[in-house]
Amino acid sequence: MNHLPLIIKREYLTKVKNKSFIIMTFLSPLIMIALIAFVAYLSQVNNDKQRTISVLDETGYLDGVFKDTDNTKYSILNALDLETAMTLVKEKEDYGLLHIAKVDSLDLLVDNVKFYSEDSPSLSVISNLEGKIERRLKQMKLREDGVSIEMIKASEVDIDISQVSFEGEKSSKVDNVVKLAFGGMAGYLLFMFIIIYGNMIMRSVIEEKTSRIIEIIISSVKPVQLMLGKIIGTSLAGITQFVIWLILGGVLMTVVSVILGIDLSQASTPQQELVNQAIEAEGAQMMAENIFLAIGNLPILNLAFAFILFFVGGYLLYSSLYAAIGAAVDNETDTQQFMLPILMPLILAVYVGVFTVIEDPHGTVSTIFSFIPLTSPVVMLMRIPFGVPLWQQGLSLLMLIGTFMFTVWFAAKIYRVGILMYGKKPSYKELYKWIKY
Amino acid sequence: MSHLLVADSVSKNFGNFRALNEVSIAVPKGSIFGLLGPNGAGKTTLIRIINQITMPDSGSVQLDGHALRPEHIKDIGYLPEERGLYKSMKVGEQALYLAQLKGMSKSEAKSRLKYWFDKLEIGDWWNKKIQELSKGQAQKIQFVVTVLHKPKLLIFDEPFSGFDPINANLIKDEILQLREEGATVIFSTHRMESVEELCDHIALIHKSNKVLDGKLTDIKRQYKTNTFEVGLQSGNSSTVVSEIKDKFQVLPATFKNLNDDIKLNIKINENTSPNDLLSFLTSKAEVHHFVEVIPSANDIFIQTVKNN
Repeated sequence: MNHLPLIIKREYLTKVKNKSFIIMTFLSPLIMIALIAFVAYLSQVNNDKQRTISVLDETGYLDGVFKDTDNTKYSILNALDLETAMTLVKEKEDYGLLHIAKVDSLDLLVDNVKFYSEDSPSLSVISNLEGKIERRLKQMKLREDGVSIEMIKASEVDIDISQVSFEGEKSSKVDNVVKLAFGGMAGYLLFMFIIIYGNMIMRSVIEEKTSRIIEIIISSVKPVQLMLGKIIGTSLAGITQFVIWLILGGVLMTVVSVILGIDLSQASTPQQELVNQAIEAEGAQMMAENIFLAIGNLPILNLAFAFILFFVGGYLLYSSLYAAIGAAVDNETDTQQFMLPILMPLILAVYVGVFTVIEDPHGTVSTIFSFIPLTSPVVMLMRIPFGVPLWQQGLSLLMLIGTFMFTVWFAAKIYRVGILMYGKKPSYKELYKWIKY
Repeated sequence: MSHLLVADSVSKNFGNFRALNEVSIAVPKGSIFGLLGPNGAGKTTLIRIINQITMPDSGSVQLDGHALRPEHIKDIGYLPEERGLYKSMKVGEQALYLAQLKGMSKSEAKSRLKYWFDKLEIGDWWNKKIQELSKGQAQKIQFVVTVLHKPKLLIFDEPFSGFDPINANLIKDEILQLREEGATVIFSTHRMESVEELCDHIALIHKSNKVLDGKLTDIKRQYKTNTFEVGLQSGNSSTVVSEIKDKFQVLPATFKNLNDDIKLNIKINENTSPNDLLSFLTSKAEVHHFVEVIPSANDIFIQTVKNN
């Protein structure tokens, strides 16, 4: 008798109707958005602060170097001695005083620049000032050696290598960033999904054991059916939650940014810095166009199919392991020793994805890890936007499915024996015995 | 007499441990069959094999003349010793779910549930969660779920644990009525008084082997020791006692009576009939109490387990 639909329905409904599940579904995006908005707001407040830096340049070398910006004003002091200047700056409550002492030659100037301030100045302010001074001094020195500014300017070249594949497809740095964003998002999504809902499956298996209903259920249903029903039902509940999160998050994000006038996209993350670098290199006008072009260049169809297949395969693989762990233990505290072997390949996959796929999407390391079944879903999903030959994807998928069938068999063995075992703290040796039963 | 369930030399190993060793039982149709044995004897393993939860390593099990198949699930109702229900699920939903797992349609399950809920006067629990019920109340739900699909074979493992005497009686009456309606019952328990009360047949499993089985009355006959409990009154007690002791084997007796001077257990040998004893006694004193000592299920259980 096939009870799978019935079991899936029950698992789904109990999960979805659970109070804490409902609360988490609607509260988490609120909390997340509130947090992001708060951080964005804080960083904006920080950026909006105006600071005035007084400059006392006794050499005159640095005329015209310091130009006011939105956040920083420079007040240039003339014909004052250091002491008076310092009192003046203190009175005005300026951010600080940059003092360039009078020296005879350019070489000596290097050691005679000082910054006086009440509190220790921020690192970015100092490095900014250093950069400005260095650039000016470099120009001056070159000029001393007989090189004119015009020549220096003329010598500055900006290269943007345009990338063309042998088939004639053009790509650019923006392309790469977009690919990275897509692949990274897909891989990370899978990672999060496995951890959150794998745990949920494990807990629901343990619940069946602790409530002692298992023997009643198992006298009418095959353990494999029960396990698959649990995995599928919980996954559907997970997808429901995820979709609600996405929709709710999107809506809230828009609402919050409109109401508070905070540009959430300004909250800087490492990925965005990468994007920013690419933007700087590209020139801003072409940017939007290029991003769309880059998205258009992605192997969308391949990406969509691969995403679904690898996502489902990877998730099922891990969730069957979680279900086996749930069946092997009596309560949640006993799960720790078995969690590590599951989490390690997952974390490894994400690290490999982040560090090697970015560096070289088709290198040996990323290629190998995109074939090993426990890491392949995450790594392959990150690689695919960069164009992976179909035979590689197919082979990797085949191996994933093979491993999945093996883990289901393996998990079902443990599950079958484990769900009826009480009060026995399982060791790996014990598990090995169960497989042989 | 035809048998509903026949297990033929069933063996099961767990690693190096032999849980069942060539155990054969035959459960007659319409009987209440007591499956007895000390803790860890292998009863639960046998029951799980009958329920197809585990497979036997060797041997076969037949239900109604056919080897066990997955379809037989709906012919068996099983109340395990380790039992519980989903705590956060509502009573009605849960009962419907479990009934559907046994192959009933939703509407059929609903009407049968209503019948049972009315019968046990628990109709107003339908929308309660299990965690709001007491242990005994939850047990009632489990009982209903076990018998709901009108199985041919009912297997109860310690059905009365957790019930107060009133509810235990209620459940006992329901079991007897189900038997009247044609169900066959396998009944596993440690409580020997309920074995006496309910079982027609028993099998005793000890250390993975079946050591005893048959009709309870036959077994008792087999285990009786030809001993009689006797209460006498006489003006001359000590003389009477010594005269009896000369002729028969006498053991001290402890039964309750109003005013007997002499209380004895008298064992006669096989050539002597109870009438011979009685006429001897009447000639010596006034007989107030004369009962054959029949071994209780408890005695048989303890004696068999100790001897093996």
